[in-house]
Amino acid sequence: MPRSANKIKSQCQKVAAIVSKCGGDRDSLISILQDIQSEYRYLPEDSLREVAIQLELPLIQVYGVATFFKAFSLKPRGKHMVTVCLGTACHVRGALAMLDEVKRQLGIESGETTEDMRFTLETVNCLGACALAPIVVIDGKYHGHIGPGKVKKILKK
Amino acid sequence: MVKLTIDGMRIRALEGATVLEAAQEMGIVIPTLCHHPGLSPYGACRVCIVEVGKGDRRSLEASCTLPVEHGQVILTNSEKVRKQRKLIVELLIASCPNSKTLQDMAANMGINRIRFRIRDRGCILCGLCVRYCKEQMKSGGIGFTGRGTTRMVATAFEVTPEECRNCGGCEWICPVCERACTAGNLIDGLCGGCQNLAPVETCPVCTGCSESVGPHGYKVY
Ligand code: FES
Ligand code: FES
Repeated sequence: MPRSANKIKSQCQKVAAIVSKCGGDRDSLISILQDIQSEYRYLPEDSLREVAIQLELPLIQVYGVATFFKAFSLKPRGKHMVTVCLGTACHVRGALAMLDEVKRQLGIESGETTEDMRFTLETVNCLGACALAPIVVIDGKYHGHIGPGKVKKILKK
Repeated sequence: MVKLTIDGMRIRALEGATVLEAAQEMGIVIPTLCHHPGLSPYGACRVCIVEVGKGDRRSLEASCTLPVEHGQVILTNSEKVRKQRKLIVELLIASCPNSKTLQDMAANMGINRIRFRIRDRGCILCGLCVRYCKEQMKSGGIGFTGRGTTRMVATAFEVTPEECRNCGGCEWICPVCERACTAGNLIDGLCGGCQNLAPVETCPVCTGCSESVGPHGYKVY
Protein backbone atom coordinates (compact mmCIF):
# COMPACT_ATOMS: atom_id res chain seq x y z
CA MET A 1 0.00 0.00 0.00
CA PRO A 2 2.62 2.61 0.93
CA ARG A 3 4.30 1.96 -2.39
CA SER A 4 1.26 2.81 -4.48
CA ALA A 5 0.51 5.79 -2.25
CA ASN A 6 4.05 6.99 -2.90
CA LYS A 7 3.53 6.49 -6.58
CA ILE A 8 0.41 8.60 -6.56
CA LYS A 9 2.17 11.28 -4.59
CA SER A 10 5.07 11.48 -7.00
CA GLN A 11 2.58 11.51 -9.86
CA CYS A 12 0.78 14.46 -8.27
CA GLN A 13 4.05 16.31 -7.95
CA LYS A 14 4.94 15.62 -11.53
CA VAL A 15 1.56 16.82 -12.70
CA ALA A 16 1.87 19.94 -10.58
CA ALA A 17 5.27 20.61 -12.12
CA ILE A 18 3.89 20.18 -15.63
CA VAL A 19 0.98 22.47 -14.88
CA SER A 20 3.18 25.23 -13.59
CA LYS A 21 5.57 24.77 -16.49
CA CYS A 22 2.73 25.36 -18.92
CA GLY A 23 1.73 28.58 -17.24
CA GLY A 24 -0.88 27.07 -14.97
CA ASP A 25 -3.90 28.56 -16.67
CA ARG A 26 -6.90 26.87 -18.19
CA ASP A 27 -6.10 27.75 -21.76
CA SER A 28 -3.07 25.52 -21.68
CA LEU A 29 -5.09 22.44 -20.78
CA ILE A 30 -4.25 20.71 -24.03
CA SER A 31 -0.52 21.30 -23.78
CA ILE A 32 -0.61 20.10 -20.18
CA LEU A 33 -2.33 16.90 -21.26
CA GLN A 34 0.19 16.50 -24.08
CA ASP A 35 3.06 16.76 -21.63
CA ILE A 36 1.49 14.26 -19.27
CA GLN A 37 0.89 11.94 -22.16
CA SER A 38 4.51 12.08 -23.26
CA GLU A 39 5.58 11.48 -19.67
CA TYR A 40 3.44 8.38 -19.09
CA ARG A 41 2.55 7.47 -22.69
CA TYR A 42 -1.08 7.72 -21.61
CA LEU A 43 -3.26 9.78 -19.29
CA PRO A 44 -3.61 8.06 -15.91
CA GLU A 45 -6.90 8.70 -14.14
CA ASP A 46 -5.26 10.26 -11.09
CA SER A 47 -3.27 12.65 -13.21
CA LEU A 48 -6.48 13.93 -14.80
CA ARG A 49 -7.97 14.43 -11.36
CA GLU A 50 -4.88 16.31 -10.31
CA VAL A 51 -5.04 18.53 -13.39
CA ALA A 52 -8.66 19.32 -12.63
CA ILE A 53 -7.76 20.32 -9.08
CA GLN A 54 -4.78 22.38 -10.16
CA LEU A 55 -6.69 24.26 -12.84
CA GLU A 56 -9.86 24.50 -10.77
CA LEU A 57 -11.87 22.96 -13.57
CA PRO A 58 -14.62 20.39 -13.22
CA LEU A 59 -13.15 16.97 -13.84
CA ILE A 60 -15.55 16.32 -16.69
CA GLN A 61 -14.11 19.21 -18.64
CA VAL A 62 -10.65 17.72 -18.49
CA TYR A 63 -12.06 14.28 -19.21
CA GLY A 64 -14.04 15.61 -22.16
CA VAL A 65 -10.94 17.08 -23.76
CA ALA A 66 -8.99 13.91 -23.08
CA THR A 67 -11.60 11.76 -24.80
CA PHE A 68 -12.19 14.19 -27.65
CA PHE A 69 -8.74 14.02 -29.18
CA LYS A 70 -7.53 10.80 -30.64
CA ALA A 71 -3.98 11.67 -29.73
CA PHE A 72 -4.82 11.19 -26.08
CA SER A 73 -5.31 7.77 -24.61
CA LEU A 74 -6.79 6.81 -21.27
CA LYS A 75 -5.46 3.29 -21.58
CA PRO A 76 -1.78 2.51 -21.12
CA ARG A 77 0.02 2.47 -24.43
CA GLY A 78 2.96 0.37 -25.46
CA LYS A 79 6.48 1.58 -25.92
CA HIS A 80 6.20 1.72 -29.68
CA MET A 81 3.25 3.21 -31.53
CA VAL A 82 2.39 1.51 -34.79
CA THR A 83 -0.05 3.52 -36.87
CA VAL A 84 -1.39 2.02 -40.05
CA CYS A 85 -3.09 4.28 -42.55
CA LEU A 86 -6.38 2.99 -43.94
CA GLY A 87 -7.21 6.08 -45.97
CA THR A 88 -8.45 5.79 -49.53
CA ALA A 89 -5.07 5.86 -51.26
CA CYS A 90 -3.52 3.43 -48.81
CA HIS A 91 -6.55 1.19 -48.95
CA VAL A 92 -6.28 0.95 -52.73
CA ARG A 93 -2.59 0.12 -52.44
CA GLY A 94 -3.27 -2.80 -50.13
CA ALA A 95 -3.18 -1.36 -46.65
CA LEU A 96 -5.61 -3.98 -45.43
CA ALA A 97 -3.29 -6.85 -46.23
CA MET A 98 -0.51 -5.02 -44.49
CA LEU A 99 -2.68 -4.36 -41.47
CA ASP A 100 -3.51 -8.04 -41.30
CA GLU A 101 0.19 -8.83 -41.35
CA VAL A 102 0.88 -6.36 -38.57
CA LYS A 103 -1.95 -7.79 -36.52
CA ARG A 104 -0.61 -11.29 -37.01
CA GLN A 105 2.91 -10.27 -36.10
CA LEU A 106 1.88 -8.48 -32.94
CA GLY A 107 -1.03 -10.71 -32.08
CA ILE A 108 -3.35 -7.79 -31.34
CA GLU A 109 -6.28 -6.00 -32.90
CA SER A 110 -6.18 -2.32 -33.75
CA GLY A 111 -6.53 -0.11 -30.71
CA GLU A 112 -4.90 -2.74 -28.52
CA THR A 113 -1.55 -3.06 -26.85
CA THR A 114 0.63 -6.16 -26.71
CA GLU A 115 0.82 -7.86 -23.35
CA ASP A 116 4.50 -7.07 -22.89
CA MET A 117 3.61 -3.39 -23.37
CA ARG A 118 5.92 -3.05 -26.31
CA PHE A 119 3.56 -2.22 -29.16
CA THR A 120 0.29 -0.40 -29.57
CA LEU A 121 -1.52 -0.66 -32.87
CA GLU A 122 -3.75 2.04 -34.22
CA THR A 123 -5.34 2.88 -37.53
CA VAL A 124 -5.95 6.28 -39.04
CA ASN A 125 -7.74 7.55 -42.10
CA CYS A 126 -5.18 9.35 -44.22
CA LEU A 127 -1.96 10.84 -42.96
CA GLY A 128 -1.75 13.33 -45.78
CA ALA A 129 1.12 11.50 -47.39
CA CYS A 130 -0.83 9.56 -49.97
CA ALA A 131 2.05 9.58 -52.47
CA LEU A 132 3.81 7.17 -50.14
CA ALA A 133 0.84 4.81 -49.87
CA PRO A 134 0.54 2.35 -48.27
CA ILE A 135 2.09 3.87 -45.25
CA VAL A 136 2.77 2.90 -41.66
CA VAL A 137 4.13 5.17 -38.97
CA ILE A 138 6.20 3.64 -36.27
CA ASP A 139 7.17 5.91 -33.40
CA GLY A 140 6.65 8.98 -35.53
CA LYS A 141 8.77 7.69 -38.38
CA TYR A 142 6.99 7.34 -41.71
CA HIS A 143 7.59 4.17 -43.66
CA GLY A 144 6.12 4.52 -47.13
CA HIS A 145 5.57 2.08 -50.02
CA ILE A 146 5.50 -0.74 -47.64
CA GLY A 147 4.23 -4.28 -48.10
CA PRO A 148 3.46 -7.08 -45.69
CA GLY A 149 6.99 -8.42 -46.07
CA LYS A 150 8.74 -5.17 -45.32
CA VAL A 151 6.55 -4.37 -42.38
CA LYS A 152 7.58 -7.63 -40.80
CA LYS A 153 11.21 -6.68 -41.05
CA ILE A 154 10.68 -3.27 -39.54
CA LEU A 155 8.69 -4.65 -36.66
CA LYS A 156 11.45 -7.14 -35.94
CA LYS A 157 13.78 -4.25 -35.32
CA MET B 1 -32.07 49.79 -31.30
CA VAL B 2 -31.83 47.69 -34.41
CA LYS B 3 -34.49 47.82 -37.08
CA LEU B 4 -35.36 44.64 -38.87
CA THR B 5 -38.24 42.89 -40.57
CA ILE B 6 -39.66 39.63 -39.34
CA ASP B 7 -42.39 38.01 -41.38
CA GLY B 8 -43.16 41.31 -43.03
CA MET B 9 -43.41 43.18 -39.74
CA ARG B 10 -41.05 46.07 -39.21
CA ILE B 11 -39.80 45.79 -35.68
CA ARG B 12 -37.17 47.23 -33.43
CA ALA B 13 -35.06 45.07 -31.22
CA LEU B 14 -32.43 45.69 -28.62
CA GLU B 15 -28.90 45.54 -29.79
CA GLY B 16 -27.33 42.21 -28.93
CA ALA B 17 -30.65 40.36 -28.85
CA THR B 18 -31.09 37.23 -30.92
CA VAL B 19 -33.57 36.91 -33.73
CA LEU B 20 -35.44 34.35 -31.67
CA GLU B 21 -35.86 36.76 -28.79
CA ALA B 22 -36.98 39.54 -31.10
CA ALA B 23 -39.54 37.25 -32.71
CA GLN B 24 -40.81 35.98 -29.39
CA GLU B 25 -41.27 39.51 -28.21
CA MET B 26 -43.56 40.06 -31.18
CA GLY B 27 -45.50 36.95 -30.35
CA ILE B 28 -44.13 34.98 -33.27
CA VAL B 29 -43.64 31.35 -32.35
CA ILE B 30 -40.52 29.64 -33.55
CA PRO B 31 -40.19 26.04 -32.40
CA THR B 32 -37.11 25.43 -30.29
CA LEU B 33 -35.59 22.47 -28.60
CA CYS B 34 -32.13 23.18 -27.30
CA HIS B 35 -32.91 26.74 -26.38
CA HIS B 36 -33.78 27.71 -22.84
CA PRO B 37 -34.16 31.30 -21.69
CA GLY B 38 -32.14 30.65 -18.56
CA LEU B 39 -29.21 29.10 -20.35
CA SER B 40 -26.65 30.29 -22.83
CA PRO B 41 -27.58 29.91 -26.51
CA TYR B 42 -26.18 26.76 -28.00
CA GLY B 43 -27.50 26.13 -31.50
CA ALA B 44 -27.37 22.37 -31.45
CA CYS B 45 -30.75 21.18 -32.65
CA ARG B 46 -31.39 23.56 -35.56
CA VAL B 47 -35.14 23.24 -35.09
CA CYS B 48 -35.37 27.01 -34.79
CA ILE B 49 -34.04 27.75 -38.27
CA VAL B 50 -35.32 30.80 -40.11
CA GLU B 51 -34.67 32.18 -43.55
CA VAL B 52 -32.46 35.23 -43.44
CA GLY B 53 -32.23 37.52 -46.38
CA LYS B 54 -30.09 40.51 -46.81
CA GLY B 55 -30.33 41.73 -50.35
CA ASP B 56 -30.49 38.83 -52.76
CA ARG B 57 -28.76 36.36 -50.54
CA ARG B 58 -30.96 34.10 -48.48
CA SER B 59 -29.77 31.50 -46.11
CA LEU B 60 -31.04 29.34 -43.32
CA GLU B 61 -29.74 30.14 -39.87
CA ALA B 62 -30.50 29.02 -36.36
CA SER B 63 -32.44 31.93 -34.89
CA CYS B 64 -31.48 31.20 -31.29
CA THR B 65 -27.86 32.06 -31.94
CA LEU B 66 -28.34 34.67 -34.64
CA PRO B 67 -27.86 38.24 -33.46
CA VAL B 68 -30.22 40.85 -34.85
CA GLU B 69 -28.75 43.12 -37.47
CA HIS B 70 -29.84 46.30 -39.03
CA GLY B 71 -31.96 45.78 -42.13
CA GLN B 72 -32.25 42.02 -41.71
CA VAL B 73 -35.23 40.41 -43.38
CA ILE B 74 -36.36 37.26 -41.62
CA LEU B 75 -38.92 34.69 -42.63
CA THR B 76 -39.83 32.33 -39.82
CA ASN B 77 -42.32 30.17 -41.63
CA SER B 78 -41.56 30.14 -45.35
CA GLU B 79 -41.96 27.07 -47.50
CA LYS B 80 -38.23 26.40 -47.38
CA VAL B 81 -38.04 26.77 -43.63
CA ARG B 82 -40.94 24.42 -43.05
CA LYS B 83 -39.48 21.80 -45.32
CA GLN B 84 -36.05 21.88 -43.72
CA ARG B 85 -37.47 22.00 -40.24
CA LYS B 86 -39.46 18.87 -40.92
CA LEU B 87 -36.36 17.18 -42.17
CA ILE B 88 -34.46 18.14 -39.04
CA VAL B 89 -37.18 16.83 -36.76
CA GLU B 90 -37.29 13.63 -38.76
CA LEU B 91 -33.57 13.18 -38.27
CA LEU B 92 -33.86 13.90 -34.57
CA ILE B 93 -36.65 11.37 -34.15
CA ALA B 94 -34.64 8.80 -36.05
CA SER B 95 -32.02 8.99 -33.35
CA CYS B 96 -34.42 9.38 -30.47
CA PRO B 97 -37.92 8.07 -31.16
CA ASN B 98 -39.06 7.93 -27.55
CA SER B 99 -39.04 11.62 -26.87
CA LYS B 100 -42.51 12.96 -26.32
CA THR B 101 -41.34 16.47 -27.03
CA LEU B 102 -40.10 15.39 -30.43
CA GLN B 103 -43.15 13.30 -31.23
CA ASP B 104 -45.40 16.22 -30.36
CA MET B 105 -43.35 18.47 -32.55
CA ALA B 106 -43.66 16.01 -35.41
CA ALA B 107 -47.42 15.84 -34.97
CA ASN B 108 -47.60 19.62 -34.93
CA MET B 109 -45.61 19.94 -38.10
CA GLY B 110 -47.60 17.35 -39.92
CA ILE B 111 -44.81 14.86 -40.32
CA ASN B 112 -46.35 11.54 -41.20
CA ARG B 113 -43.39 9.34 -41.83
CA ILE B 114 -39.78 9.08 -40.71
CA ARG B 115 -37.74 8.32 -43.78
CA PHE B 116 -34.58 7.40 -41.94
CA ARG B 117 -33.53 4.24 -40.22
CA ILE B 118 -34.41 4.46 -36.56
CA ARG B 119 -31.44 4.03 -34.28
CA ASP B 120 -32.48 4.79 -30.76
CA ARG B 121 -29.62 6.50 -28.98
CA GLY B 122 -31.77 7.96 -26.26
CA CYS B 123 -30.07 11.34 -26.61
CA ILE B 124 -30.06 14.11 -29.17
CA LEU B 125 -27.03 15.88 -27.72
CA CYS B 126 -28.96 19.10 -27.24
CA GLY B 127 -26.69 19.94 -24.32
CA LEU B 128 -29.50 21.24 -22.12
CA CYS B 129 -28.52 19.07 -19.15
CA VAL B 130 -24.86 19.92 -19.51
CA ARG B 131 -25.55 23.64 -19.61
CA TYR B 132 -28.05 23.40 -16.79
CA CYS B 133 -25.56 21.64 -14.59
CA LYS B 134 -22.83 24.10 -15.38
CA GLU B 135 -24.66 27.39 -15.58
CA GLN B 136 -27.59 27.08 -13.23
CA MET B 137 -26.23 24.70 -10.65
CA LYS B 138 -22.65 25.95 -11.01
CA SER B 139 -21.59 22.38 -10.72
CA GLY B 140 -20.27 20.84 -13.91
CA GLY B 141 -20.76 17.21 -12.99
CA ILE B 142 -21.74 16.08 -16.47
CA GLY B 143 -20.37 16.94 -19.85
CA PHE B 144 -19.72 15.68 -23.33
CA THR B 145 -17.17 12.99 -23.95
CA GLY B 146 -15.79 11.57 -27.15
CA ARG B 147 -16.62 13.05 -30.51
CA GLY B 148 -18.39 12.34 -33.76
CA THR B 149 -20.57 9.26 -33.58
CA THR B 150 -19.29 8.36 -30.13
CA ARG B 151 -20.05 11.73 -28.58
CA MET B 152 -22.28 11.43 -25.57
CA VAL B 153 -23.25 13.00 -22.30
CA ALA B 154 -21.44 11.33 -19.46
CA THR B 155 -19.70 11.78 -16.17
CA ALA B 156 -15.94 11.51 -15.85
CA PHE B 157 -14.77 7.89 -15.58
CA GLU B 158 -18.41 6.85 -15.33
CA VAL B 159 -18.65 7.49 -11.63
CA THR B 160 -20.98 9.90 -9.91
CA PRO B 161 -18.92 13.04 -9.60
CA GLU B 162 -18.29 14.80 -6.32
CA GLU B 163 -19.85 17.92 -7.78
CA CYS B 164 -23.22 16.25 -8.22
CA ARG B 165 -25.76 17.40 -5.66
CA ASN B 166 -28.49 15.09 -6.90
CA CYS B 167 -30.63 18.05 -7.88
CA GLY B 168 -32.22 16.13 -10.72
CA GLY B 169 -32.12 19.20 -12.93
CA CYS B 170 -30.55 17.33 -15.80
CA GLU B 171 -33.48 14.94 -15.91
CA TRP B 172 -35.99 17.70 -15.48
CA ILE B 173 -34.72 19.68 -18.42
CA CYS B 174 -34.12 16.75 -20.75
CA PRO B 175 -36.53 16.70 -23.71
CA VAL B 176 -36.21 12.95 -23.88
CA CYS B 177 -36.67 11.75 -20.34
CA GLU B 178 -38.85 14.65 -19.28
CA ARG B 179 -41.70 12.41 -20.25
CA ALA B 180 -40.96 9.46 -22.40
CA CYS B 181 -43.35 8.69 -25.21
CA THR B 182 -45.38 5.75 -24.02
CA ALA B 183 -46.85 4.49 -27.26
CA GLY B 184 -46.17 0.79 -27.61
CA ASN B 185 -44.97 0.60 -31.15
CA LEU B 186 -44.03 3.22 -33.61
CA ILE B 187 -45.65 3.42 -37.00
CA ASP B 188 -43.17 4.67 -39.57
CA GLY B 189 -41.11 5.94 -36.70
CA LEU B 190 -43.96 7.99 -35.32
CA CYS B 191 -45.97 7.50 -32.23
CA GLY B 192 -49.56 6.95 -33.16
CA GLY B 193 -50.79 7.52 -29.64
CA CYS B 194 -51.22 11.25 -29.48
CA GLN B 195 -51.98 11.69 -33.13
CA ASN B 196 -54.92 9.37 -32.85
CA LEU B 197 -56.16 11.20 -29.79
CA ALA B 198 -55.94 7.96 -27.90
CA PRO B 199 -55.31 8.45 -24.23
CA VAL B 200 -51.67 8.30 -23.40
CA GLU B 201 -50.54 7.00 -20.09
CA THR B 202 -50.11 9.71 -17.51
CA CYS B 203 -48.86 9.89 -13.99
CA PRO B 204 -51.46 8.82 -11.41
CA VAL B 205 -52.24 12.44 -10.66
CA CYS B 206 -52.07 14.10 -14.02
CA THR B 207 -51.74 17.83 -13.81
CA GLY B 208 -51.28 18.23 -17.52
CA CYS B 209 -47.69 19.24 -17.01
CA SER B 210 -46.69 18.72 -20.58
CA GLU B 211 -48.17 21.39 -22.80
CA SER B 212 -49.75 19.00 -25.19
CA VAL B 213 -51.30 16.60 -22.72
CA GLY B 214 -54.53 17.84 -21.25
CA PRO B 215 -56.14 16.51 -18.12
CA HIS B 216 -56.65 12.76 -18.18
CA GLY B 217 -53.94 12.38 -20.72
CA TYR B 218 -55.70 13.47 -23.88
CA LYS B 219 -53.89 15.52 -26.36
CA VAL B 220 -55.22 19.02 -26.67
CA TYR B 221 -54.67 21.41 -29.53
S1 FES C 1 -4.58 7.51 -47.59
FE1 FES C 1 -2.90 6.95 -46.43
S2 FES C 1 -1.80 8.75 -46.39
FE2 FES C 1 -3.57 9.37 -47.45
S1 FES D 1 -33.22 25.99 -30.51
FE1 FES D 1 -31.96 27.00 -31.89
S2 FES D 1 -30.68 25.41 -32.50
FE2 FES D 1 -31.83 24.43 -30.98
